[in-house]
Amino acid sequence: MPDLADLLRGAVAGERLALARLLTAIESDAPGARDVLPAVFQAGRGAHLVGITGPPGSGKSTLVNALISEWRGRERRVGVLAVDPSSPYTGGSIMGDRIRMMEHAADRDVFVRSMASRGELGGLAATTWIAAAAIDAAGYDPILVETVGAGQSEVEIASLAETTVVVEVPEMGDEVQAIKAGLLEIADVIVVNKGDLPGADGAARRLRAMLSTAGGRVKRQPPKVLLTNAVTAEGVVELVDAVEAARGSAGSEDRATRRAERQVRNVLATLATRRAQASPRWAETIADVAARRLDPVTAANQLDDQP
Amino acid sequence: MTDEPRPPNDSATPIRVLIAKPGLDGHDRGAKVLARGLRDEGFEVIYTGLRQTPEMIADAAEQEDVDVIGLSILSGAHMALLPRTVTLVRERGMDDVLIAAGGIIPDADIAKLKKAGIAEIFGPGTSIGQIARYFRENARHRA
Repeated sequence: MPDLADLLRGAVAGERLALARLLTAIESDAPGARDVLPAVFQAGRGAHLVGITGPPGSGKSTLVNALISEWRGRERRVGVLAVDPSSPYTGGSIMGDRIRMMEHAADRDVFVRSMASRGELGGLAATTWIAAAAIDAAGYDPILVETVGAGQSEVEIASLAETTVVVEVPEMGDEVQAIKAGLLEIADVIVVNKGDLPGADGAARRLRAMLSTAGGRVKRQPPKVLLTNAVTAEGVVELVDAVEAARGSAGSEDRATRRAERQVRNVLATLATRRAQASPRWAETIADVAARRLDPVTAANQLDDQP
Repeated sequence: MTDEPRPPNDSATPIRVLIAKPGLDGHDRGAKVLARGLRDEGFEVIYTGLRQTPEMIADAAEQEDVDVIGLSILSGAHMALLPRTVTLVRERGMDDVLIAAGGIIPDADIAKLKKAGIAEIFGPGTSIGQIARYFRENARHRA
């Protein structure tokens, strides 16, 4: 493994393999990776982090492909982190988001990286936002983070991205689906993709109607609802405009604070878990919990208390 | 293989494999079965789909920083496409990435392909277990 500071310098200078290897080191928490992180964040150029989430098969990857084309047309260098789930049984993963983006494979100003979620909840790998910082340092802006196909409650992406796009399909359900808490609530922009299918207009209309009335303790503006067809790129110009406009909209300072808090909490949880796992009493404690001699809360407390 | 879901971070970093299909093959059933099988063996598999040029494969491998590239080819164009892929991958500085191939490749071509830098060639009838074992034994070791 080459020196990580060298990799960072290479990545900042535009070497793709250096960036790729830096990402591997970050992702696997390689020796020395933590020491280079301050420099990674310092080298950041303030790229717009855009989260793309939504149910499996709603067209996220195809839409990301269309978004890359549109942003390339606006002379932007585009970074993509495409997260797919890891098997809870073997730790293995199949990452297939790239299939939809291969037309950009040879474009030196597009960088696509697949990441396995490695067991994390929320459809994101624990290190996704750190990886995004490295891609930012390499000069890509915007950076699109495509999550694993999400259900109703995988809202973690909103604590990572500045702007969150939720991709739905026309068959998404009735008006009650639109007012449930969770995924749709975190959206800055909602896309009804596959806009050529019957019912697409109706779905977009219902979403607009139900989401336009947000009030109470909700400070954010209602999300914009757009129709797209990712295959033909219909509606993608408007989507890019909406994503650009969402950045810096009302409440973005609040959100920056919440994002920062979430990121620190995220790291604290990882550190505490690692420390506990390194304990000589780890295996024994887990066995006690499995045999119900000990409850999980007390077990975690005991592991956390040790010197 | 265990039967229960496991907590994250309880084993070494998974080996990353790019499975790619260079050329104009009409289907990719074999590549998909292999990708699935390797997933079950604990690999992180990046699948790029059909009809890739050697340039696209090399560029994808570079961005993904994979440990292994598996090239599946059925069309008969292997003598043109596989050595070209190896050249481009090495040109991009990926000296320690293992490149293997599978598919319909006549015995007479195997020695030539190995000379061109294809580490191993897996023909019909190879089990996924054999391929997984070969990748584990021959992929580079991360520091």
